[in-house]
Amino acid sequence: MSALLLRDLRLALRSGGGFGLGLAFFLIVIVLVPFGIGPERALLARIAPGMLWVAALLAALLTLDRLFALDHEDGALQLLATAPLPLESLILAKALAHWLTTGLPLTLAAPLLGPLLALPAGAAPWLLLSLALGTPALSLIGAFGAALTLSIRRGGLLLSLIVLPLYVPTLIFGAEMARRGAEGLAQGAAPAMLAALSLGCLALMPFAAAAALRVNLR
Amino acid sequence: MSFWQYANPKKFTETVTPLIPWILGLALLCLAGALVWGVFFTPEDYRQGATVKIIYLHVPSALMAINAWFMMLVASLIWLIRRHHVSALAAKAAAPVGMVMVLIAIATGAIWGKPMWGTYWAWDPRLTSFLILFLFYLGYMALWAAIDDADTAADLTAVLCIVGSVFAVLSRYAVLFWNQGLHQGASLSLDPEEHVADVFYYPLLVSIAGFVLLFIGLVLLRTRSEIALRRAAALERRTEARLATGEPA
Repeated sequence: MSALLLRDLRLALRSGGGFGLGLAFFLIVIVLVPFGIGPERALLARIAPGMLWVAALLAALLTLDRLFALDHEDGALQLLATAPLPLESLILAKALAHWLTTGLPLTLAAPLLGPLLALPAGAAPWLLLSLALGTPALSLIGAFGAALTLSIRRGGLLLSLIVLPLYVPTLIFGAEMARRGAEGLAQGAAPAMLAALSLGCLALMPFAAAAALRVNLR
Repeated sequence: MSFWQYANPKKFTETVTPLIPWILGLALLCLAGALVWGVFFTPEDYRQGATVKIIYLHVPSALMAINAWFMMLVASLIWLIRRHHVSALAAKAAAPVGMVMVLIAIATGAIWGKPMWGTYWAWDPRLTSFLILFLFYLGYMALWAAIDDADTAADLTAVLCIVGSVFAVLSRYAVLFWNQGLHQGASLSLDPEEHVADVFYYPLLVSIAGFVLLFIGLVLLRTRSEIALRRAAALERRTEARLATGEPA
């Protein structure tokens, strides 16, 4: 499993595509927001936590279709599926690699992009924390979506149609946590719910994704 | 004799074909009766005026929108566990019907909302959950449409239906956390304070019966056509194979 993880990380780093692309996309979305709604600081500050969350979510979505597709095309996935490693662990490794190359960089980059949207200074740690808690769920749900749409040609669009509604609870709790942090309100249940979502996805999503992958590899 | 004998497509078709006109006829009768009774022979609400009468379309369609997804979940589970093709096709057949129910509920709600709330749309938890449910239906149907192999499509959509159900429930509660609502409480409730008044209740019950029958009738009809389509595709494949090998028909 760790060998698989290292292989995926190395591939992501060397091919250059997946790693920087998500971050660049994140940056461009954040840059586009003020063009769309105007540069007024009070308005930007109000929507900053939510916009950063939405942009991070879209950036995480962007790299999902590569999760299994590359290995599927060159036949490596069929080999991996016949290896003694259970398919569930394979998916866990893949999702972890996706998180390390997408979710984690996005989490670290979000507070840096905060000033572009006039994010209040006190909000940055909360934003960081909410993304750190929430992005694992995004990667795991995304792995399920990618496994589901693996055998579909040009499945990217369908993948987003399927995955985005599944992202709703994560987005709600994540953005709520960041917003409350930004406005200095008490956190309430949001962090606990966000962590629960990520842990629940960690426990259950590999099984759902493995079921989908088995059908696609049949 | 058991319930599972109807999993045989031929037996299923033979059984439901004579039933469909009766079910749909009864549905129309119930709906026409409930609407005439509800619209012309019930009083106007003292606050909502005549607009209260949209309840006879809004509540049953909303009810069926959720129940249709639930039926798809049960059918998907039956398909995954017992591999009855009719079950998978019934889930496929129910999706567009359920989606239309969501649309009716949202549209009637919007029409009612404009004079009452002063807006067609509000980001109220119930409205938002329905919009999310609509997206789930779209994704489910798109996945069915995107996959060529029938069994693969049935398996993958069944998995999506199960995962989607979990997330639909999660979204429902997440949305409650996210925003407090404008929407009134449940119209049908064991709590007499919340429950709709009796004058509206009885025509509403008939209307709900009509919607349930309409849903059942449409799903049976669509399942039957799906079976026929599947059969036609199989026959076509066989003919092609025969032509390819040069074998006489």
